[in-house]
Amino acid sequence: MSEMTLVQAVNRGLFEAMKQDPDVLVLGEDVGVDGGVFRATDGLIKEYGAERVIDTPLSETGIIGTAIGMALYGLKPVAEIQFLDFIYPAFDQIVSELAKFRFRSGGQYPCHVVIRAPYGGGIKGGVYHSQSTEAYFCHTAGLKVAIPSTPADAKGLLLTAIHDEDPVMFFEPKRIYRTATGDVPDGDYRVPLGQARTVREGEHLSIFAYGAMVPPASEAASALAKDGISAEVIDLRTLVPLDEAAAVASVEKTGRAVVVHEAARFCGFGAELSAILAERAFYSLKAPILRVTGYDTPFPYALENVYLPNAARIEAAARAVMREG
Amino acid sequence: MAKAAQSAPEVAPGVSHALSNDRLLSMYRVMVLARAIDERCLSLQRQGRIGFYAPASGQEAAQIGCAAALGDEDWIFPAYREIGIALWRKVPFRALMDQFIGNSTDRVKGRQMPNHYSFRDHNFVSPSSPIGTQITQAVGAAMAMQRRHVPQVTATFFGDGATSSNDFHAGMNFAGVYRTPTIFFCQNNQWAISLPRSRQTHSATLAQKAEAYGFSGVVVDGNDVHAVFDAVAAARERALAGEGPTLIEAQVYRFGPHSTSDDPHRYRSDADVAEWKRKDPILRLREELRTSGALTDEAESQLQEAVKREISEAIEAAEGAPALDPLTLFDDTFAQRTPRLEEERAEFQRLLREGVIRP
Repeated sequence: MSEMTLVQAVNRGLFEAMKQDPDVLVLGEDVGVDGGVFRATDGLIKEYGAERVIDTPLSETGIIGTAIGMALYGLKPVAEIQFLDFIYPAFDQIVSELAKFRFRSGGQYPCHVVIRAPYGGGIKGGVYHSQSTEAYFCHTAGLKVAIPSTPADAKGLLLTAIHDEDPVMFFEPKRIYRTATGDVPDGDYRVPLGQARTVREGEHLSIFAYGAMVPPASEAASALAKDGISAEVIDLRTLVPLDEAAAVASVEKTGRAVVVHEAARFCGFGAELSAILAERAFYSLKAPILRVTGYDTPFPYALENVYLPNAARIEAAARAVMREG
Repeated sequence: MAKAAQSAPEVAPGVSHALSNDRLLSMYRVMVLARAIDERCLSLQRQGRIGFYAPASGQEAAQIGCAAALGDEDWIFPAYREIGIALWRKVPFRALMDQFIGNSTDRVKGRQMPNHYSFRDHNFVSPSSPIGTQITQAVGAAMAMQRRHVPQVTATFFGDGATSSNDFHAGMNFAGVYRTPTIFFCQNNQWAISLPRSRQTHSATLAQKAEAYGFSGVVVDGNDVHAVFDAVAAARERALAGEGPTLIEAQVYRFGPHSTSDDPHRYRSDADVAEWKRKDPILRLREELRTSGALTDEAESQLQEAVKREISEAIEAAEGAPALDPLTLFDDTFAQRTPRLEEERAEFQRLLREGVIRP
């Protein structure tokens, strides 16, 4: 067990996977000699060489297309997209190819690629270094989507993703790359995909969050507790497959739900989660479900602090659902 | 009326010494089979017995000349018009017909429209409909071959239209940088649906695009099996020697429509088609085999009969095979069904039982 930051945990996870299996390799822009723009791949090239830590030309469709070819052949590529905002040149490779290979070939060609991408706002990144577009990928059948919020989960989910049999989109909350710190088990540590984590148990309402929204959700819960409001905070950890049972069980207990994400609201992941809760926990609900999200505008630079949900907005939404019913 | 950029290439004089008469005869047989399948399938589509078809008539010498120069262990990253490659690799027509119908014996379980078949046993990777996406994938598989130090190459197939796609340029660039054992086999059939080659790019040839990526590109007469075979054999030899990729532009002509969904009379003249049909690769090889005495009139008519019989029997068998089990829909999205897919499958099963959904 060692204490480290979230980005260090990603790095430890990559080291561990490459040590475990010579078929694991890393590719992307500036991932080798430079160690990645966020240092997530720091030191890998020294340990494993340029054959397994591949600095690529600046082409996302090239990165993902070649990673798919490697995976079809039997390697286990972990591709880095430098910022989630830059993934769109590879969108065709991801949604038309990677997600569909197993299905469209009748199971003949599984295609297991892990795509890592830092996502989200809060780093003064403006329109193109801040977006949270996980919903695009959740909407595509055939992709798994994981988003850690703690160093231990970053390592544990990443190792599980690399050893999974399906494509996994692994989105890293870059805003808390260095502020989220915690103990991380050494060696081969795995956290299963599809299992939510109860960050804090509560009785009166459920707050659902993931990635960089988990810390403000917890902060809001602490503030509410001072007024005797007991909020349960659930870190979803994996959006696909979603731990629907845990979400429904929490709302059956509390009767109220607030769903938090920094992505825009319309057709965001919160829409799906709200629909699931409405379908499956309707008779437990004492108040309408509220969403605390980014706004339905492109991501702003100067106004990012008021665009992004924070503890105060989450707390306000929680108080609003508590007033109902 | 738009005109194709190039007129039919003149017949190249060189005849390869690499191909024996026996081998040429087996290539000829597959070319004849491919053409006959195209003709039958166009009519099956018109009769509503299959939903769609994309013919490859006119491209047989390019495809089979190329396939014959590759090793069985080489990986094919096809587009959706590569019937000659599949047949050369001994995929039985029955297996293709199963796929055209999407029946219970279809290897891809009815997931894709006709022409999008794949056969792992034959290293024939699954194609998709988006244009050019297989090109970067072929380069990635070649990078994996380099990493494993195996004597294999990847060959990827695409048309003139695909040279405008993102993945063509990304793939060519990566292949140049990593010097991958990849053969980029472009069948320039002069038309990307309705757009002639001249409107696709201002480059004099498609092959010259390789130069910008730091490797060689060659133009071959795609109606000449010898020229195609030699070019591919040389490219493969270079790839295996660690000398990197090659782009081969095989100049051919798409005799038929892009697919059963279009009418070529809207965009090209019969005179153009007629000019290229004089260069028909099957007539050309037949003439050569007759002249050399390798093919007699009697053998030719036996071959035509055998091919017809094989096709009819396969169609009958494929049409007689049981329909696809609808529940297979829920297989292969993931390695294991997620809880949500289990629930959807159970709901679907109930709707089937209640007759709300009828297969």
